[in-house]
This record gives sequence, structure tokens and C-alpha cells, in this order.
Amino acid sequence: MGMTLTEKILARHAGLSSVEPGQIINAKVDLVLANELSAAVAIGVMRGIKGADRVFDNEKIALVEDHFVPAKDAQSAKVAKLMKDFAKEQNIKHFFDVGRGGIEHVVLPEEGLVAPGELIVGGDSHTCTYGAFGAFGTGMGSTDIAAAFVLGEVWLKVPHTIKIIYNGTLGEMVVAKDVMLKTVSTLGIDGATYRAIEYHGTTVDNLSITGRITMANMAIEAGAKNGIFHADAKTIAYVKERTDREFIVDKADADARYERVVEIDVDALEPQVACPHTPDNVHPISEVTNEIIPVDQVFIGSCTNGYIEDLRIVAKILEGKRISPTLRVIVNPGSQKVWMQAASEGILTTLAAAGCAVNTPGCGACFGGHMGTLGDGERCISTTNRNYVGRMGSPKAEVFLASPATCAASALTGRITDPREMSPVALSS
Amino acid sequence: MEKSMRGNAHKYGKNVDTDVIIPGKYCNIIDQAELGKHALEGLDPEYTTKMRPGDIIVADTNFGCGSSREVAPIAIKGSGTSAVIAKSFARIFYRNSLNIGLPIFESPEAVDGIEDGDEIEVEPASGVIRNITKGRDYQAAAFPPFMQSLIEAGGLQPYVEKRLAEMKAPA
Repeated sequence: MGMTLTEKILARHAGLSSVEPGQIINAKVDLVLANELSAAVAIGVMRGIKGADRVFDNEKIALVEDHFVPAKDAQSAKVAKLMKDFAKEQNIKHFFDVGRGGIEHVVLPEEGLVAPGELIVGGDSHTCTYGAFGAFGTGMGSTDIAAAFVLGEVWLKVPHTIKIIYNGTLGEMVVAKDVMLKTVSTLGIDGATYRAIEYHGTTVDNLSITGRITMANMAIEAGAKNGIFHADAKTIAYVKERTDREFIVDKADADARYERVVEIDVDALEPQVACPHTPDNVHPISEVTNEIIPVDQVFIGSCTNGYIEDLRIVAKILEGKRISPTLRVIVNPGSQKVWMQAASEGILTTLAAAGCAVNTPGCGACFGGHMGTLGDGERCISTTNRNYVGRMGSPKAEVFLASPATCAASALTGRITDPREMSPVALSS
Repeated sequence: MEKSMRGNAHKYGKNVDTDVIIPGKYCNIIDQAELGKHALEGLDPEYTTKMRPGDIIVADTNFGCGSSREVAPIAIKGSGTSAVIAKSFARIFYRNSLNIGLPIFESPEAVDGIEDGDEIEVEPASGVIRNITKGRDYQAAAFPPFMQSLIEAGGLQPYVEKRLAEMKAPA
């Protein structure tokens, strides 16, 4: 019997010729990721494991300072230091401090640490991002991460796979984020719990790597264990530019068994907005703009939409204009490399001239940590991935999730705005 | 597993996410008792003042959805809550809870049959959930066999120690 893409990767890492949904396996990991928050707890757990003095492989662990950095306060500095000291003690090769990394999920692919066919576990739920590259990535808690640090393997239950086929061509100002918001609302926020999502169809074949990252990243917003694309020529070119490591490009078998198949046609898809307070409370922009919804903050960034392609879209819409005086716009390039690329293209200047505050890379604003926290009664439209109560700060604030284009258009008008209303802007990507 | 838990039910709805269980701003805290002071703060700011040690959280589907933060179950445990009963749990939260020793039970029937404030007793070994106030018993779903073996071994840590010893042993 054939296997899905996820099953193939899991079987190989378990040293088995085949696996089936529901099976418990011990799988070797190619990379274990943690940020300073998940690492702080994981390190404590590891210290308690008898015989666990060293990590299994100091070149197969990535530690990224990204959640509360630059340190918000002394407690944040303490956990950042805890991870940095651990990295030094264990001689961790891939340790990224402030100014040399950025958001973990933006940094790892950039640094060539993710390749097709690999198995990556991370102490962050958005580790599913690596499915964009045909890898199996899944988020875990700190105790499981501590076990992976020590053993270099994890126990996993092989998930059933949901196949989603996307057909059609995206309209002007309709991007991968809109497709994924539509997907999350189609499945529901627990619609893919314990499942793998396998993305198929001409629409996603035509997406850029960044677009696929946005979509794989939000698989967890439907509860999925992982979300995965087949690697193609674009993927291979991206990865080969960044690493000499050998990798295997898997392909789902023609007779693979899917739990269900969902088809989504994007020809008529409008820009989508997830309204408060769940990521599946998604409505087309034409419906949302039926009423005037003023916003206090626009946020551009995160592991979902903090990439150079996203900043280019925002800069094109804001170029030569000023943002609405009624709101603030906070932009977080996803990594130091994205920041530098945006600087070299003049994007940071364009954004600053429009009135945006450009921050240093990090996760802070997205999860209500710092550098963009919302107050009581405030409303934000954001390119991030979650809008639960209190996600970006006050439990009395509201968060709307949308694409970089929709957020940029809203920045100009001061209210949630259909980006297609903006003067025709040719989006290069 | 531990002896039975007994306390009053605090009932909540579906999709109780990790952001409301322990808001992001507290995620740089490591201490369990300190985290416990903020348990469920985003959902019910009164929870930690109105609950008594041993009380039980009862919720609808998809409890613990969202982030992988292990401090979510740690905060609930740190608050003195003895167990969580839900119709279903999000995947990472489920695994984290078992790893850190927060007892969790799946039973749609029990959730439907329990009202806020009811006195509840849970026998973890058998999975029997007793609504003392209403005089009705429910059976929680059994843990999958592999999870059960992890629980019986005392959690993930002894399992890792055993695997580590196997790996270090000469072939």
C-alpha cells in the first residue's frame, strides 16, 4: 500500500520500510530547535535526566534567541542567558543571538538548516513551517524537546493525512496568506488535529517559497501535526544555495491513503480576514468592509509574514504615501538577513518615511510579549497567525489577521481596507 | 498513577487556547508556583482566587489549542488544579500534560453532565469520573496503549533514561 509524503519521511527516520496511521514509531531527528523560552524549561528537564550530560549531537541543535529579545526585562535576560550559557557549555554550533539571527522559523531555512525529507522537531508550535521545504516539522513542548536533545530521536504517532488540492489562479492582491486563512476556516481550528496536511494543486505549484512558508506555518492553526508541500525545482534551488548537505526528495505514492481530500478553488477568492477571536473566524474582505472598522495598530512581521517578499508588497503600497495619522504601524523584518536585504533595497527607508516604526527582528509583538503590545480597547490588523483573546496583549484588545497587502492598505486609510481599492499596484511576485 | 482527585468543577467552553491559559507575557517565568498565580488569567481573571486546591477544570472541545508552551499545563498544575476534563484536547497540550504530570481526561458525556460548581471525583487508574453532586458516573476514554505504558513507567523521564542506557550499552 502506498504512503503519503509524511508517512515516507517518518518511515525512513524510523528505519522502517513502511508505516501506517496510528502506528507509534521512534524516529531519528535531523534537527532539534528551541527558543529561549522553550529551551529554559527543556534545559531544566535535561538536567534532571540521569546520564544526560551531553546533547546527542552539537551540530544538530539550533537555539534561537527570539521571543523576549532584546531582553524586555531582567527575567527575560535571565532566560536568554540561560540558553546562551547552555549553548556554550554544549558547544552548540547553531546558536543565534540578537543581531545575528531573528525569528527561528525565518532563520533556519535561511541558514540552510532545513532540507527536503528531513525531520525537525522544535519547541515552538510553528515548527510546522518547514513543511514548505518538503520536510516534516512539528512543534513539541519542552520535555519532549529535552528528550530529543539527549536521544536524537522522538516517539511519534504516525498521523492520518488530509490532502488539500488548490485549483485556480490568484487574483490581484490575493496572496498565500488569503489562501491559508481560507484553508483554516474550511477545516476549522481543530479540523486537522492529529493530522498531517499535504498541500497539492496548480495554485500552490505556482507559489513562491515564501508563499508556501506562510501556508505551512499556519497548519497548526487548524490543529495539524504538520503541513507539507512536495519539494520541486524552486525548493531544491533555494536549499542548494544555502547548504551542501545531501537530502532526499520524497514523493507521495499514487496509491497513498488519505483520510480525506478537500478541494479549494481560488479563482474567485477575495482577500480574507480572520476576525476576533479565533484564526478560523474568517470572512472575505468585502464582507468585513461592509462596516467601517477603525484600527489602532497595524503589525507587519512574524514567522508567517516577516519575509522580504512580504516587506516588498507593503513598501509598494506605502511608497510615497503617509500612513493614517490615526494609527501606528510596526514592522518587524523576520530576521537580520531580511532586515539587511530590506535596507539594501531601500524598503526600510520607504517604510520609515511613510511613518512606520521598524523594529529589530523578533517574535515579541505577535505573542503579546513586547514591542507592540495592545492595550484595553485597542484593535490591530496583523500579518501574524493567531488572534486569540489576549494574544497580542490586553484581553480587551481585538486582533484581525490578514495578508501584508490588506494590512498595508489598512495602514493608509486607518480602517480595515480591501487592498484591491488601492491604486493598481503590480505585485511582482 | 496518583490517588483520586476531588474538587469542584469550573466549567468553560470550547477552544480554550494556551494564550488564555497563560498569556504570553508570563512565558519567561519558569517557577511552577509563580506560573500558577496566572493560570487561566486571559479567560477568567478570577480563577486563581475563586478556586480551591483540588478543583477541576471542565471544558468543551480542543482544550489547549495554540502554542506549544509547556508552561500552559505547568501553570494549571501550579495553581493547585487537580485535573482537566474536556471533550477533546489539542495535540501538543495533551502530550505536554502527560509529560509534566497534569492529569487530563477525555469524556464528552462527563462534560455535558457536569455543571459549574458540581463536586467531582476522578479515579485516575480506572478513568471513572464521578459527579457527586448529581450522583452520576462517567468513564473517561482510555489512554492510547503507548501513552499508558509511559504513564506506568513514571513519565517521559524514566523512559528517556532507559533509552539512553540502551544506546550507550555496547552492541
